[in-house]
Amino acid sequence: MQFPAELRYSREHEWVRVEDGAAVVGITDFAQDQLGDVVFVSLPAVGSKVAALEKMGEIESVKSVSELYSPVSGTVVEINQAAVDSPETINRDAYGEGWLLRVAMDGGLPDGLLSADEYRAVVGAE
Amino acid sequence: MPGAPHVSSATPRQTALNPRHRAAGARMVPFAGWEMPLQYRGIVEEHLAVRRRVGVFDVSHMARFFLAGADAGAVIRRTVTYDVLAMEPETGHYSVACDDAGGILDDPYVYRLGPQRWMVVGNAARREVDLEALRAAVRSGDDVELDDRTEATAMLAVQGPQAASLLGALLAPEIVGRVEPHHTTEVALVGYKALVSRTGYTGEDGFELVLAAAVAAEVWDRLLSGGAEPCGLGARDTLRLEAALALYGNDIDVTTDPFEAGLGWVVSLEDAGDFRGRAALVGRKAAGRTRALACIRAAERGPVFRHGCAVLAGGARVGGLTSGGYSPVLETSIGMGYLPVEQAKSGTRVEVEVRGRRERAEVVRRPFYRRAAGSS
Repeated sequence: MQFPAELRYSREHEWVRVEDGAAVVGITDFAQDQLGDVVFVSLPAVGSKVAALEKMGEIESVKSVSELYSPVSGTVVEINQAAVDSPETINRDAYGEGWLLRVAMDGGLPDGLLSADEYRAVVGAE
Repeated sequence: MPGAPHVSSATPRQTALNPRHRAAGARMVPFAGWEMPLQYRGIVEEHLAVRRRVGVFDVSHMARFFLAGADAGAVIRRTVTYDVLAMEPETGHYSVACDDAGGILDDPYVYRLGPQRWMVVGNAARREVDLEALRAAVRSGDDVELDDRTEATAMLAVQGPQAASLLGALLAPEIVGRVEPHHTTEVALVGYKALVSRTGYTGEDGFELVLAAAVAAEVWDRLLSGGAEPCGLGARDTLRLEAALALYGNDIDVTTDPFEAGLGWVVSLEDAGDFRGRAALVGRKAAGRTRALACIRAAERGPVFRHGCAVLAGGARVGGLTSGGYSPVLETSIGMGYLPVEQAKSGTRVEVEVRGRRERAEVVRRPFYRRAAGSS
């Protein structure tokens, strides 16, 4: 299971990468593995506000549904329509093509996000 | 994100193949008192392997009763709605067992192995109920032996368009060719006695094997090395739902009768044979159905339909889904549920409520998926 060192992680199993001042967000390899085949994802509309640790959408696999929590606060500037149209992309490449949305952050990354090693310890403990 | 699966406090039973499942990296879950594989590589991948090639399922948790004796057939006839006494030896037939009110106790598959030898395969969760029903049907003086061999045997389902060629490579090909759909025969499989039946629960061509538990792992290994994809309960559920096959405890139970479940074809009322629930079923048939199990398909890709989702027509609730899921072949949500007879007709536009949102859907003809003609 991969946890790239350059990413930050939330305890709700999302990852964040800061790119040109915006946060790119997705779900972790651990999350996609736990879910199994992802068949539906519901994301906030472009232009809407998201807040750290608050619900922003849903992700659903053949067997279960989970809520998505935003790891950052800000305004949604882009969603990955390819992942919405072909949710299996999230299973195949959770940190790459399976990214979910791009958020223009209000300020910087919130406190409390985990490093790869810290996140690995969290999921190892689950 | 999902938490740990619920684990029952009672220690679940393990099938003979449990070590094989663990070695293959299966995700194990408690199911009807057994610890069973939910999935190996992934539900969709396993599902499509069965639709396109061949998969193998451990279905050893299913209850297996063997009956022998001059009155064994009569005992089964008193238990189930289908006229099993009309069955030829070496054939199998789907059936239901009902209570006195005509409610469904279980939907066992009945095999006539020989003139006086039978096997009844029931759902794992209904094993005690089935056993009790069979015992209750025995009359004093009956010549019948009833043997629950669920633990002593294992059961494998080999399903998919390549099932016949795979089994043919392990058996003699002419034996596989001889076992026509819904037929069963006793053969030597890699040197061991086995029952091979051309039956299944996936909507594909396929076979079910019943063999001694002690040799199950060897046969499993041979099937896998022959190219069969190991498949778990997850794919078993999505496959049976695409084929619109009822799941006991979801689509049928004691509160439903065979007619409204679309299973009137296994209720034989023409023969003189008496069976439990007959009088009630005669009455229910005469009265006609007020509701029917309908197949419902989402108009577009969206959230997955689940058991319990409300079904609305014209904005009013008309029923609920008894089964729901994602169809890997259709790539949309599908489900089944009881609707008033008027709305249960194909073409009816409905809405399915998923977590407060109403998704457009339509009643369609059953099944959702039918294998191409010519592929037996």
